[in-house]
Amino acid sequence: MKEMSRIVKTVTNFVYGFIVIFGFYIIAHGHLTPGGGFQGGAVVGSAFALLLVSYGSLNSGKFLKKDIFSLFENFGLILFIVLGFSGLGITFFYNFLANSGGWFGDAAVIGVNPGDMNTGGVIPLMNIAVGLEVLSAFGVIVLTMASGAEFTKKKERS
Amino acid sequence: MNLSNHIPILIVAIPLLAAFLVPLIGRINKKATGTLTTLALSVSLILTITLAVKILTVGPQAYVFGATSPSLTLPSGLKFPIRIMFQIDAMGIFMGLITAVVSFVGAVYSLVFMKQHSGLDKYYSLLLLLTVGMFGMEFTGDMFNFFVFLEIASIASVALISFRGIDLGEPAEAGFKYMVVSSISALMVLFAVGIFYGQYDILNFAAIASVIKYSQLDKIALGLLIPVLAMKAGAVPMHMWTPDAYSEAPAPITMMLVATSQASLYALFRVVFSLYNISLNALTVGWIIIIFGLLSMFIGVTMAIIQKDIKRLMAYHAVSQTGYMFLGVGVGLAVLANPVALNQYGITAMEGGIFHIMNHAMYKGLLFLTAGALFFRTGTKNLDKMGGLAHSMKYTTIFFIIGAAAIAGLPPFNGFASKLLIYESVYKFNPLLSIIAMVVSILTLASFVKVFHSAFLGPKLPQFKEVKEVPRSMVFAMAVLSCIIIFFGLFPDLIVKNLVHPAVMSLIEQLQYTGTVLGGM
Repeated sequence: MKEMSRIVKTVTNFVYGFIVIFGFYIIAHGHLTPGGGFQGGAVVGSAFALLLVSYGSLNSGKFLKKDIFSLFENFGLILFIVLGFSGLGITFFYNFLANSGGWFGDAAVIGVNPGDMNTGGVIPLMNIAVGLEVLSAFGVIVLTMASGAEFTKKKERS
Repeated sequence: MNLSNHIPILIVAIPLLAAFLVPLIGRINKKATGTLTTLALSVSLILTITLAVKILTVGPQAYVFGATSPSLTLPSGLKFPIRIMFQIDAMGIFMGLITAVVSFVGAVYSLVFMKQHSGLDKYYSLLLLLTVGMFGMEFTGDMFNFFVFLEIASIASVALISFRGIDLGEPAEAGFKYMVVSSISALMVLFAVGIFYGQYDILNFAAIASVIKYSQLDKIALGLLIPVLAMKAGAVPMHMWTPDAYSEAPAPITMMLVATSQASLYALFRVVFSLYNISLNALTVGWIIIIFGLLSMFIGVTMAIIQKDIKRLMAYHAVSQTGYMFLGVGVGLAVLANPVALNQYGITAMEGGIFHIMNHAMYKGLLFLTAGALFFRTGTKNLDKMGGLAHSMKYTTIFFIIGAAAIAGLPPFNGFASKLLIYESVYKFNPLLSIIAMVVSILTLASFVKVFHSAFLGPKLPQFKEVKEVPRSMVFAMAVLSCIIIFFGLFPDLIVKNLVHPAVMSLIEQLQYTGTVLGGM
């Protein structure tokens, strides 16, 4: 894939950070607002796709590395299953942090409230795990598709 | 913390944890991936056996995720269960035992068989995910969760079928076919789940079973579920994916794919018996399942006879043997509303059909593994190019004879036990069905005599002078299955009484299944 025009690249430079931050916002507020780990991860993943398309697959290889993505993907998955296991004192997936006062442990206010981030127990942590998994999986997918496109182009030329 | 209460979830969670750890371990040491997989699956096998003993002595178990106690199915006085749960009865654990044995043997066999391939961390990760998917389909008590586990198993299988390389063409085609088949069936299952949820506002199997009315919508859901689950089980006329998928996948994966199709078969029986039970028109639906069985038996075996590719031949036989299960259980379903006939021969027919599921998983697994062993040493799957291999591969030959005798229904192997149960009971229902089943069995024997003759007998061929016996871990994997086959063949009564009969009764008696979750309702 070739890189696109200077206009596209400049706009990408502008919006890239905003898209990534918006994605992380959706992940972090998953237990309060619509969205969550998967949706936020997909938003961050779309930023990677934007980078790949505007800078071309050869140049973007400098910032997007498949190896690191798959490492992060693994960490996300392991974090999720470990959170499941750590509730095992009572039941698998038991929300042991909820209402405990510590991390994400405040009791949720019933009724109209401004939205307390510090609630939800393990659910925000699971959202972060899923978000990490999905954004890196999206990275792997777009990179694989790009290398597949290169492969077919090379095959057609020869 | 009392771990013995958590066995149902640990069976699934330990392979899942291992599946996520394998790629990480693979970065440090490539060889450790296979060891970790085998370790995780052996733990899972031991836990499954423990759970089986518990269920067969104490009764069905429920495990509720995230509740304050694992058995709290109805929290704070609710009338219906709201949480996701595992609900394991005798039938579920019967299937779970098959999955546990098959996946453990598959992992052991893969240690050497897959050694030359690259990307082994992904292979083992997917193998563990496939196992998780199968266990989940068999243990879950929640319709939507069933769909999720069905998808996990399907996606893992698609990647594993085409694992030998997408640039080879044939594995890619087989994987694509399976992908199309499984996405269609997953969508239809999701649609059926949607119908149930729209009508009753619940997703729990037992809770739906207790309120189901067999309305027009329920009939549509049944019409969606039966064909797609039969398609995933590989019944004729929806069998077009089986020969490709079974023959192109690596041998241990083929064995696990057989178990995956049986998990779909289990889901079909679960839907028909535990969800609808006598509320449906048992005679009509029973005959539909019997006809699926007849077609699969006959078309499967006649297609198998003309094959030259050893794994393709065995794949058609897998279709044909699935027909026996459909036949046995179909007869049981057809007489479900008639207590006299049910006691006279219906239960025996179902015992035959259900027992055949386990027997088939064992001997067909063994046969696929011997085919894999031949491929491992000779590099070909074409029967015309093989010959005289009994000279150099003695153990493989013996294992093949055991497997072939079992699939053809010769005593004293396990295939004989379950087929005899089917013949006897089905004869009382309709003699013609029983005769067709016997003819199919003879044709099966004929086709395996052909394989035996062309692969193993004859003089030693010059191009296979260097061929040796397969390595020890592969022999061990095949020996485990052979021992199970001989044990089941020698003591069928023991297995039928202790394992198969409870499974059949938990299918027939709907209240026993719903009672686990809904208590005294």
